[in-house]
Amino acid sequence: MTSRRVVVTGLGATTPLGGDVPSTWRALLAGHSGVQHLPEDWAELIPVRIGAPLAVEPLQVLDRVEARRLDRTAQLALVGAREAWADAGLPAPGSDGYTDQVDPERLGVIVGTGIGGVLTTLGQYDVMRERGARRVSPLAIPMLMPNGPAAAVALELLARAGVHTPISACASGAEAIGQALAMIRSGRADVVVCGGTEAAMHPLPIAAFANMQALSRRNDEPQRASRPYDKGRDGFVYGEGAGVLVLESAEHAAARGARVYAEVAGAGMTSDAHHIAQPDPVGAGAAQAITDALADADLVPADIAHLNAHATSTPQGDVAESLAIRSALGAATDAVAVSATKSMTGHLLGAAGAVESIAAVLAVATRTAPPTINLEDPDDGVELDVVSGAPRALPSGDLAALNNSFGFGGHNVALAFRSV
Amino acid sequence: MASTEEIRAGLAEIVNEIAGIPVDDIQLEKSFTDDLDVDSLSMVEVVVAAEERFGVQIPDDDVKSLRTVGDAVAYIERSVA
Repeated sequence: MTSRRVVVTGLGATTPLGGDVPSTWRALLAGHSGVQHLPEDWAELIPVRIGAPLAVEPLQVLDRVEARRLDRTAQLALVGAREAWADAGLPAPGSDGYTDQVDPERLGVIVGTGIGGVLTTLGQYDVMRERGARRVSPLAIPMLMPNGPAAAVALELLARAGVHTPISACASGAEAIGQALAMIRSGRADVVVCGGTEAAMHPLPIAAFANMQALSRRNDEPQRASRPYDKGRDGFVYGEGAGVLVLESAEHAAARGARVYAEVAGAGMTSDAHHIAQPDPVGAGAAQAITDALADADLVPADIAHLNAHATSTPQGDVAESLAIRSALGAATDAVAVSATKSMTGHLLGAAGAVESIAAVLAVATRTAPPTINLEDPDDGVELDVVSGAPRALPSGDLAALNNSFGFGGHNVALAFRSV
Repeated sequence: MASTEEIRAGLAEIVNEIAGIPVDDIQLEKSFTDDLDVDSLSMVEVVVAAEERFGVQIPDDDVKSLRTVGDAVAYIERSVA
């Protein structure tokens, strides 16, 4: 079953730190924060007035007519997919040479989202109330449907092996990568473009998350608000973005001479069956996901040099995850350089698992773990070696890293990446 | 009352906004689907925008008969008259 090895050959993203992967990675290594005061007038109406909006508006890089047919979630996915596709050295879809490198019948797309096209849903509701039902856009359904981003990417790339949309809240982006791994291993596809997207900067979902007590209210110090593992943390910072990876079977990548960043060595996906929104306090399901990912990858805890944690900066979640990590990795935890990149990006919800997997892949490929910022007074309940303040070099030789992503609903996804 | 050319120019602006077709390409003899690549969803947008701009009603059943830009201009002229 696991005889087909799967590798990462292309990366794309648009995040609060940059409009592409190189700018995002540079900002992560530099310890920059993408969090700011929300400039919109509606921010005055809600208790949380900080967030992590995109660094580069998609309309700066997409054609106007193309963009007006897409919800913002699909716009971001398309921006990420185009970068990842070009980064993989793949020819423009439909161009001469395209079918020499990729068989569309063997090309899949898996792009998840947490919330879907809520800006279209709410925007069109406003249109209907203010201007009548006749003015509701005939494009509203393809725009608001949560599979819209995956479908838009598949249309762009001419992918015919199947289009899928995992919906698992803040684990969606990571689940997409896990499903892509399975799709290639199963033989259904040779290449899968996968990741996550989220664009829900609107007062309604922000007010709802705020009413769950999930968001930081450090309104006066936006850049210090996302502070995983710090005693002063008070919730996550709401962000938007997309991350997209090109996964290929190792044979397919080798046959076309592709540059390989890392191997996607394994995935573990479990569910808590504990509470719809609270983490299991001891992180049992999360620990099992990590254990499963290691077994799937044929790795042992001592192989893991780096871990990109889910670490959203909530009081409960960060501790539960740290317990899960130590439970799964045991004494080997002490040798794992843990990075909490949400301290810089904010929480990109359905895109988080994809963007953080990109960070984990680049950490393996460049042997550098990004820092965690704002960790000034570490929580005594967190027994992890957190990379803080500055990036840290990872050891030479064979190297493996994990990315953890969890979501409301009790979804736990752990992904294992290995150096090549 | 708007002239034929004024209606054509107004419609051309709408089609340009929605489908990105250059305004000068949007001439009376052009077919929306075959020549201008306006799909059925975009056509609904064009019709609703035209209703608002010219103050007319274009029922869905009549939209099917509007094959060319000229058909739409003539329909609007008749409705305004």
